[in-house]
Formats: sequence, structure tokens, C-alpha cells
Amino acid sequence: MYAFDFERPSTIAEAVAALQDEDAQALGGGQTLIPTLKQRLASPSKLVSLSGIAEMKGVSIEGGVLTIGGGATHAEVAADACAPLAALAANIGDPAVRNRGTIGGSLANNDPSADYPAAMLALGATIITNTREIAADDFFQGMFTTALEEGEIITSVRIDVPPGGANYQKFEQPASRFALVGVFVARTANGVRVGVTGASEDGAYRWSEAEEALNKEFREDALMDLRPNPAIMIEDLHGSREYRAHLVRVLTKRAVAAIG
Amino acid sequence: MPKDHGIGASPKRREDVRFLTGAGNYTDDINVNGQAYVHFLRSDVAHAKINGIDTSAAEAMPGVVRIFTGADFEGVGGMPCGWGVTDRHGEPMQEPPHPILAQGKVRHVGDPIAAVIADTYEQARDAAEAIEVDLDDLPAVVDMKAALADGATKVHDDLTSNLCYDWVLGETDDAAVQAAFDSAAHVTTLELVNQRLVANPMEPRVAVGDYNRGTDEHTLYTTSQNPHVIRLLMCAFVLGLPEHKVRVVAPDVGGGFGTKIFHYAEEAFVTFAAKAINRPVKWTASRSEAFMSDAQGRDHVTRIELALDASNNFTALRTNTLANMGAYLSTFSSSVPTWLHGTLMAGNYKTPTIQVNVKAVFTNTVPVDAYRGAGRPEATFQIERVIDKAARELGVDPVALRRQNFITEFPYDTPVALTYDTGDYHGTMDKLEAAADFAGFAARRAASEAKGKLRGLGVNCYIEACGIAPSNIVGMLGARAGLYDAATVRVNATGSISVMVGAHSHGQGHETAFPQVVADMIGIDESMIEIVHGDTSKIPFGMGTYGSRSLAVCGSAMVKATEKVIAKAKKIAAHLLEASDADIELKDGVFSVAGTDKSVAWGDVTLTAYVPHNFPLEEVEPGLEETAFYDPANFTFPAGAYACEVEVDPETGKVTIERFAAADDFGNIINPMIVDGQVHGGIGQGIGQALLENCVYDADGQLMTGSYMDYAMPRADDVPFYTVDHSSQTPCTHNPLGVKGCGEAGAIGSPPAVVNAVIDALQSGGKNVDHIDMPVSPSRVWSAMNA
Repeated sequence: MYAFDFERPSTIAEAVAALQDEDAQALGGGQTLIPTLKQRLASPSKLVSLSGIAEMKGVSIEGGVLTIGGGATHAEVAADACAPLAALAANIGDPAVRNRGTIGGSLANNDPSADYPAAMLALGATIITNTREIAADDFFQGMFTTALEEGEIITSVRIDVPPGGANYQKFEQPASRFALVGVFVARTANGVRVGVTGASEDGAYRWSEAEEALNKEFREDALMDLRPNPAIMIEDLHGSREYRAHLVRVLTKRAVAAIG
Repeated sequence: MPKDHGIGASPKRREDVRFLTGAGNYTDDINVNGQAYVHFLRSDVAHAKINGIDTSAAEAMPGVVRIFTGADFEGVGGMPCGWGVTDRHGEPMQEPPHPILAQGKVRHVGDPIAAVIADTYEQARDAAEAIEVDLDDLPAVVDMKAALADGATKVHDDLTSNLCYDWVLGETDDAAVQAAFDSAAHVTTLELVNQRLVANPMEPRVAVGDYNRGTDEHTLYTTSQNPHVIRLLMCAFVLGLPEHKVRVVAPDVGGGFGTKIFHYAEEAFVTFAAKAINRPVKWTASRSEAFMSDAQGRDHVTRIELALDASNNFTALRTNTLANMGAYLSTFSSSVPTWLHGTLMAGNYKTPTIQVNVKAVFTNTVPVDAYRGAGRPEATFQIERVIDKAARELGVDPVALRRQNFITEFPYDTPVALTYDTGDYHGTMDKLEAAADFAGFAARRAASEAKGKLRGLGVNCYIEACGIAPSNIVGMLGARAGLYDAATVRVNATGSISVMVGAHSHGQGHETAFPQVVADMIGIDESMIEIVHGDTSKIPFGMGTYGSRSLAVCGSAMVKATEKVIAKAKKIAAHLLEASDADIELKDGVFSVAGTDKSVAWGDVTLTAYVPHNFPLEEVEPGLEETAFYDPANFTFPAGAYACEVEVDPETGKVTIERFAAADDFGNIINPMIVDGQVHGGIGQGIGQALLENCVYDADGQLMTGSYMDYAMPRADDVPFYTVDHSSQTPCTHNPLGVKGCGEAGAIGSPPAVVNAVIDALQSGGKNVDHIDMPVSPSRVWSAMNA
């Protein structure tokens, strides 16, 4: 990697200040950024580690509201979040990744195959930053693109625990074990929501036709006549557009069956 | 009752203590005082003309010691190919030069253009980025068929085409072969791909060059499976150095799988550069670098045809294979699709007419060479897939079809140049049927179907030729090296023994298994015996470890040397006991005079050998150390039968391996635990090939699978617990231990079992699928089901 300066502030305010420098970059758990640096594919002037900020840590559930600190690791989410999200986090990467990687880092990166974005969309999460609150529907703006401004930090995520249950079905890409396709279905207070990751050229998205059908009738059979559009799907070594479109439907069905 | 020591016992691997506690000494652990670091600037395009390389800015960068380019190696030899293949017309193969650093052109992504030596590794990388390389891109030659088309761009301008050789083995009379097919009752044809693989040993390659100007001696520390071969090739063909001034050390090596057999440019470079700059030079490959500079494996495209008579006897087999050589000929690349592949096309079957046609092709890709199994997995996959397809077409049981055509009488001369000395294919298949519980399959299939899954059972046989030999034969076939091995048994005064072996252990457990043999022969404890390997200054000139040869070839040398030691020790014992050496018996470490109670212990004899106060000096010399070189009379022929059971999720196409059973005939076995482990690892790699691994280049020659994000290695949860049975044993008839070799069997025998099982599962579900190319990934299975 190239040389860079390093800061590890202990408050959000200090972190925001440290990120004002040109080409400064926030460092969450580093599970994407550090390999990128090692390959010399990025050259930030300064890394601002968010790992020392106490107010960004922790996972709590109070009155049906789940709050996850932006600096909470996947392992912490797996241990303390509501069951469907905990199960999702418990299957991200391997133990080393889960003990370092953070939800804030993953959301800010918005890898098109990451697990969390599908869950955030399906759960109708609110992404809270140092300056504002952003609805998940507005947050994800295409592959590796989010609503975050330069220097803006995800401090926490707020989720209303879905009263009707939720389930995540992940079909793993054989090499990376990222989601080749992942589908998160949640029965929220405002109806059924279906978040899809790994499949689309535009990153995680909501499958609104499925939501509509499932809101009428929450059964696998409700999806029988639906066919996701292959034209919007990713095609690569590991699967064609058609295969991904097929998997979206299969995994949605399985998630519905799992919720029951 | 299993034995607790000696041959047939399973002591735990003594080397694992240091490996598992972080006390191993790998090449990257070696640091020479004052060393500099080299970083290779590698081509990021597959094919281009080099107009110029401007290193001036880079040379001014901090810490830079020296920058080398191809121009610095004009007049220096290139990387040699160790096997000359003669084509079907008796002409030599086309053999292009392979410079240490690219000269004139770059020919694959990863081809080294310049070498930057600096005080630190990071400085070297920084400076490499400041080198300006003026390249004119050329069309990349990637697809083998396109490479052979008229007017194709040439990888090597000085060759007549991209065809390295067009080779034939077996029946060379095309009309005779065609006649056999014309008269067949049934012909089964299959087109298949044996995909390119990346070996990916856990330890990437490393090389450290050191030069002592006081003595004019070079030392190369390197991640090699065969230090003497590296020394010979580098001294004689590349750098022109006297061998007695060069020491090559291959210390603990973290896995080889074939890709560390070969002499690589980086090894020659650090040796050359250490003298040029009068400072040690170290290179450690990154994983990304390994993906584009380690020789890769397999990459065959084949059409195979099997002819059967009306009674389902195999009557003829014909294959046409394109074999990818990559951009240059790696050390043993030319031998893999020919003598290590074509010669195995008889398999376990008495097919009277066989013709094997192989065209080896140059492309703008990383060179291809031996990878665990080397040619034999390619042969086995073709034979066992086409037999399975034939059985399905004919509606006969695939196991019965195999049994009907088994070779049953030995020795057996195949139509493709080999003589199998021994085997019992029915007996081994019997073991498999029990180990795999064929009888219970129907119930297991029903249980899978009740869950909505398809279940398949795939069976295949394999045979391999190991312990590659004898030297005079392989010499006639084009090998430019001998294939004997050597061992020195040095008995110390107090009775302990150091055995210096030419074989190299990089995961095989020689340090544990070899002492079991010597301990058994003398009757002393294994802990008194130490194996020394991997250093040309310590060991006799041996040929290293590959092709499952170590025990069969080097172990035989060790036995011969130990026999000499025992014969001499008996003479000394006879002198001490005042008896004739013909009457001396050695048992449990005690020499005794037959029929008497007179005896002398091993330690007394060894001490006498080195403190010869009372010694038969007129009869033997003092000391107790013997060396033997052993050149086998033939290959060994391990063989086996494997069975795989899979479940296929018909909705997603995902294949899960539920059961895997292996019945191997390795002849006699020294350490059953280590043999089981070798088979487990081999099957794991075979399952990796069958389900997961795939090295892919795009049409521009860019490596699409250059990291573990896209190159799928098998992980623990991809493989089941294996059932292995090694009780079918027909000892090798021509080596003293009766051993055959076990290192590659798993990787050779397992891929067809997996694919046969997947096809069986899909057909049981009414899917009209008769072949899927590896890796049988979920998306490929789904596409085949929905085609």
C-alpha cells in the first residue's frame, strides 16, 4: 500500500473534523478498504478509523426498535440483533471478517453483493448519520453509490422490528461466498417488503411486484406467476442474467415459506 | 491389531509439531543479512510488442539499487524445457525461447518486464510504478482452435505457427482405427473440457539469492519440490554456473502440487542479481502474483469416441485433444499431454485398439504444466465419462460395463506403450461396493426425493503410472533428465541414523514415513532416525518429489542403502562375535550368531565402526555410511475405484456431495494414516476441480479469476467425510517395498465420480442431460436442466 496518515478519534465530532482533509477516508472494519489499499487501488492521504468511537458502538432493542451503532461489528449484530438480521450477520464472511467488519462500513460501501442492503430495504431501516436521517429507500443509489455526502459518517441504524417476522435467503457465489443473490423478506407494520441483493446491475433493490402480491396473500403460491426481469440483472462467470432472475424468485419463495 | 511401530503403523507425523506450532522454517522465514528486495513489473496485457522501457525516473527513486530489463539478459540462457516431444512425423516440437525477463514482446498477463531491486519491498514497488513501458498491443491468442486457424496471430514470431506439436500414440494407422469404429455395434462420442486450474499451494513462491564473493559460491533458497533439478537446470542451461559453486536449499515448503517442480525465472534472477549487485536479493510472491506467474494446470479440450461390439466389449478408443501450453514451455509442460496422458488412455480396460491424438498449442496465457495428477486426471476423466455415457446409452449398469471390460491378467501390455505389472480391478471394485454401500443407495435416493432433491450415484475407476521411470526408457521418450533417486544412510557412532534423501517433502510426511522403513529393517526405534532433505549441500543427487514417486523410487534407494549398511554391520558384528558374517542374524536391533546365544547390540556395532579398536580392517573400512542410487525397472500402477453420491437441488442447480468412497490399491502401505490423508487431500482437490475451480481468461487474455473472489477453492464444508479403503493390495512387482505411490490418486480418481453422480441425479429426475463440463457449478447445472 501507499503511505498515508492515520487518526483514531474518540468522538464523532473529532472524526468529522479529521475527515475534512482532502482525500481523507473513513475506515470502518477495513474488510474492503484494507485489501484495496494492499492492491494499491486506492491512495487516501489519511485514514480516519472509526473504531475508537464509543457512541457508535452497541446493539440494543427497546420498545420494538432495534438500534445498531454504525461501528457495531457483524459479530455483535449476530449476537444481539433481532433473529432474522442476526442470522444474516452470522453468515457474512468468516469469523475474522465478522469480528472486524462493521455495519456502517458495509452500508457506506454498498457492494452490490453485500447482505445488509437487502435487509435494510426490506426492514425499512433508517440510516442515521452525523447530519441527518436517511430512509433506506433513499440511501442505496446503485452499485457502490449511496446518499452519503463527502465526509458524512453513518453513526447508527434504526429498525422497527417487523411484527410479522422476516427471513433472509442467501445463495452464495461459490468463490467469494458473497451473495450471488440474496433476498430478505419482512412483514413490517407497513406491509410486506422484499429486498434483493447480488442480482441487479443497479445494486440492492426492492422487488415491488412480489411485495404487491404478498400483501394480498402471504403465501409462496402468490409468487407463482411472477418472473423477475432478467434484463436488469448482473451477468458474470458465476451466473447468467436468467439464472439470477430465477434465483430471485426461488429465494423469495423460500423466505416466505420460512416466515410461514 | 494395527501395528504400533515400523512398516504398517501409523505414528503421528513428527513434522506436524513444528508446522502446527509456528516453528516451521519456510523460505520466506529466511532472511540474509543485508538483503535487498526485488519486485517484478509484470505485463498487464496479454500480448504486445515492447518498443522501449524507460527506467530513468524509477532509478532515481528512494532506495532503488538496480533495475534490470530483458536487455540485461541478452546472451544469458532462457528457461529450458525438460522434455522434448517428437511429433507424429518424427519432427521435434517447436520450442520457443523463454527469457528470464521479456525480450521484444510480452506474451501473457504476468510476463515479467523489469525487475526492480530496492532496499525495501515497498520502495521496489513504488519504483516499478515509475517505469515507463512503451507497448504496442497485439491481438491476444486465447482460444486454442482460433490459435491453430490459418492466419492466426503468432505468440512467437519465429515459430511457423502456434502449434507446438501434433502427436499420436497407439495405433498410428488411421484406416485401421476407422475400420474398428466402422465395424462397431455402438459408438459413444463425447466432447469435453478439462478446465484450467490454478494450483494455489498455501505458501506462495519465494526465492532468496545469496552470493559469497570470497568463495564465489551462490546459494539459492527457494520453494521447490526438487532442489537438485533446479540446480542442474539453472547451472547448465540458464546461467552457465559450475554446479559445485551453487547450493540450492528448499526448506519447509508449504505445498507444491506440481507447480513447485519447475525452474522459474525468478529463481534464476535472484541468483544472477545477487552476484551482479553483490548483495542478497529476496523475492516473495503475493497471492495475486501467484495467480499470474505460477504454472497452471490441465486445460485440455477433447473429443473422445468409444466403440463397442454387440456384447458391449470395448473394441476401440480414439481421442483428439487440444492441450494448452500457455505462452512458453514450462519445465515439464510438453510431457504432460503426451507421455503422462496418452499412455494412460487404456485405463483399466482391455481395449485392443487405441489412438490418442494431441495437438499442443501456444496461447497468450500463463504457461501450463503438471498439476497433481498431471495428464492422468485428464485421461481418467475422458475414459470414465465416455464409459458412463455409453452405459446410459446402452441401458446397462455402468459398474457391470466396467467390470466386463477390466484387464484381469498381468503383466498386461497396453496398446499405448505401458506394461501394467500387477493389479486386481475386480477386487478393488468389490471393496468399493462395500465401502460405498451400493446396496443402500436406493433407500438414500428415496429419502432425498422425499425432500425434493435429486440424488445420484457416480462410479469410476482409475489407473495411474507413478514413480516415473526407468531413465533409459524416459530418455528415449524425450526426457532430458534421469528419473532415478538416491539416498545416503549415515549411521552415527551412537547408533542413531541420518538418512539423506533426494526426495523432497512438502506435505507428504516423509520425515515420519521414511524412518518407519529403516527402523523396521534394523529393528530399532523410529526416533533414532532422522530424514534430511531439501539441501543440495547435504543430500545426494536426487530428483525430488512429484508424480507420486518418493517412496517407490527414493524409498527404494533408501532400502538399498540400508541393506548395504546392514551387510557391513554384519561383518563388524561377525568380527566382534568371532563368527562368520553369513551366520549373523539381525533382529530387533541385535546381531546374533544363528543357533547360539552369542549376540551384540546395534549400538555396540555402530560404536565399533567409528572407534575401530577391535575391527576387521583387512575386510572392511571403518565407518558406517552407504549411498544407493535406484533406477526403477518400470512405472508403478496404483489403481482404484471411487464412488460419489450427490444431491442436486433441482430449483437452484446446487450440487452437494453427500457421500464419497474410495477404494485404492497402492500395493504395500508404510503408514496407513498418511496414505489416508493423501487420499483425502487428493479427493478434496478433485472435488474442487469437479464443482468449483475454473481459471478463465477473457478474449483479450485478461485473467478473469485472478483472486479468491472469483477463483473458487474448495473449503471444508464443500467436502464430505470420506470412506477410504486401502485393503485391496497387489504389491508392485519390481521395487523392494512393493509400494506404488498414493499422492495423486485422489485428484485423478475423483472428478469423474462427481460428474457421473450429477448426471445420474439429473437423469433420475427425468432431465435429458448427458454431460456438463467442469466445474459443475449451480448455474451450469441449472442451465443444463433448463436447456
